[in-house]
Amino acid sequence: MDWQALTLSLQLGLYTCLILIPISILAARAIAWRRFFGRNLLQATLALPLLLPPTVLGFYLLLALGNRSPLGRIYEHLFGHPLVFSFQGLLIASLIFNIPFAIQPVQRAFEAVPESLREAAWCSGLSHWLTFWKVEVPLAWPGILAAIIITIAHTLGEFGVILMVGGNIEGETRTISVAIYDRVQAFDMHSAAVMSALLLLTSFAAITAIYVLNDRIARRHG
Amino acid sequence: MAEASFSIRLKQQAPIPLDIEFDCDSGEILVIAGPSGSGKTTTLRSIAGLYRPASGRIQCHGKCWFDSAAALFLRVQQRSVGMVFQHYALFPHLTAGRNIAVALRHLGRMERRKRIAELLRLVNMQGLEHRYPHQLSGGQQQRIALARALARDPEILLLDEPFSAVDQLTRRKLLRELAALKRQFNIPVILVTHDLDEARKLADKLCIIHHGRNLQTAPPGTVMARPDSATVARLVGLENVFTGTIRHHDGEKGYTYVEWGGTLLEAAYQPEHSPGSLIDWVIPPENLILHRRDRPSRGERENPVYGRIAEFIPMGETASVLIQVEQEARHLFMSVPTHVARRNDLGSGGPITVSLLAEGIHLMKKE
Repeated sequence: MDWQALTLSLQLGLYTCLILIPISILAARAIAWRRFFGRNLLQATLALPLLLPPTVLGFYLLLALGNRSPLGRIYEHLFGHPLVFSFQGLLIASLIFNIPFAIQPVQRAFEAVPESLREAAWCSGLSHWLTFWKVEVPLAWPGILAAIIITIAHTLGEFGVILMVGGNIEGETRTISVAIYDRVQAFDMHSAAVMSALLLLTSFAAITAIYVLNDRIARRHG
Repeated sequence: MAEASFSIRLKQQAPIPLDIEFDCDSGEILVIAGPSGSGKTTTLRSIAGLYRPASGRIQCHGKCWFDSAAALFLRVQQRSVGMVFQHYALFPHLTAGRNIAVALRHLGRMERRKRIAELLRLVNMQGLEHRYPHQLSGGQQQRIALARALARDPEILLLDEPFSAVDQLTRRKLLRELAALKRQFNIPVILVTHDLDEARKLADKLCIIHHGRNLQTAPPGTVMARPDSATVARLVGLENVFTGTIRHHDGEKGYTYVEWGGTLLEAAYQPEHSPGSLIDWVIPPENLILHRRDRPSRGERENPVYGRIAEFIPMGETASVLIQVEQEARHLFMSVPTHVARRNDLGSGGPITVSLLAEGIHLMKKE
C-alpha cells in the first residue's frame, strides 16, 4: 500500500475542488440561465474532456504546459522548475479534465430552480447576492455536492492524463492510480490488489452517497 | 379630483406591444382581465420592477418608481411591493414560517417571531409554520404566499392569477378572505386573472386588456352593461353583440331608433351617435325578457322578437337557448332558469318570443 500516493491523490482532489467548484458554480449558473452568443459552442468545449481519450488530452496538455510553450517558459522562469512533471502541472491538468464533471451537475441543478423563486426573493427584499446564498445555492446544493463527490472520485481514478503530464515521480506526481499500474509492472500484485480495492470502495461509496443525498433532499422538498 | 394612490402609464411596440394606462386607489381592488398573452402579466411585472418597459411612468403613493423620460427605474428591492406569484413561488427548502421570515430580515429576532405569528393569524394558518410547502394544500400555500407578500407592509399588493391552482370551494373561500383583507390593509391591490367570473366578483375596478392595450377601465357593472366597444363586450362574455344603423333620435320619448336587419328597435336615448351611422350594439343577458305563455309580463311591448329555438342546452340550474330570429339569419342567445324553461315548454325547434328591453340596449361606435 502506497500511502504517499494516496495522500497525493487526495491532495490533488482537494485542491482541484477548492479551485474548480466555486468557478463552476458561477459558470454553471450563467450557462443555465443566460442565453448568449456561442453558448452551445462553449458547452461543447467544456464537455470535450468527457469524450476525448485521456492520452489525447494529456498530449495536448503536455504541449501546452511543456517548456517550449509560453506558459511553461513563464512558469519555469518564475519558479525555477518546469511545470510538467510537477504537482502544480498535475493540478492544472486535473482542473481541466474535471471541468465537465464539476460543471454539468451544477448546471442541471441551477436549471431546475424556477425563475419565479428568485423573483419572489427579490420581491421579499433580498438583494441578488442574498438571493444567491439563501435561495439559489440551497436549492442547487444537491448538484453542487454531486459535483464535489464526482470530482474527487474522478481525480482519484484518473490515469492517462496524469501519466502523460506528470509521469511517475514518487511524492510529486505518483497518484494512487499510477501507483497501481506501477505495482503491477513490478509484479507486486498484493499491493495493487489492496489499492484497487480501496479505489473500488471509494468510488462505490461516492456514488451511493450521491443517490442517498439526492433522495433525502427530494423527499424534504416534495 | 385627488391623485390616485397608484398610477401607471406604459407604452412600447416591441417585444410585447403595450399601451396601458390606469390608476388604483388605496383599499381598491383593480382586476386586470383579458385572454392569455394579452399583456396582463407583463403589466404586473412592470409594476413590481421585474420588467422594464420601453417607456412610461409608474407612481405609487407620490413616489415615482419608473419614469422613462427621466431614465428612472427603481429595482424590485427599492419598490415596496408584495407579490403573490401564479404558482406561489414558495421556497421549497424552507418551512412556511421561514418562507415568511425571508421577507422580515430587517427585523430583530424577537420582533420577527412576533410578526410571523401575527401574519399566520391573519391568513388563518396558525400552527402550520413548521410545515414545508409540499406538506401544504394549494389553498394553504396560497395563504403563506399572501402572508409573505404582506410581511413587509408593502405599498401595493400584486396578485398574478392567485386562484388558478386551487379547487372551486377553496377559491370561493379565498376570494371572500381577500375581499375582507383589502379593507384591513388599505393599499391598492392589483390582481391579474383570465377568469371573468372571478374578476367580476372581486373587482372594484375592472381593466380589460387585449393585445397589450387596456380597452376599458371601469367598475365591473359599467363594463358589463356599457362596454366601450364590441371587442370589450365579447371579451367580457357578452354574447348578443350586433351591428345596426341609427335611424333617428326622439328626445321627447327618450328613444334612439336602431335598424337591425328588418327590425326597428327602440333603444335608450343615446344622441351621441348621428342618424345614418353604422354602430355596434349589445344587450346584456338580464335585459332579454322571455314572453310567458300563460300571462304577459313586464316589458313585453318593448322590441318583441319572434323566433324559433335553434338549440336548447340544459346546464344544471339554467338552460342555454339559441334563438333563430324569424325570417332572418340572426341569432340571439339567452340563459333561462331550468324551471322557467320547463313551465314554458321550451325545447329545440319550438317557437319563442322575447323582448329586448330598450334601456338595456347599449350602442357603441362601430369598430
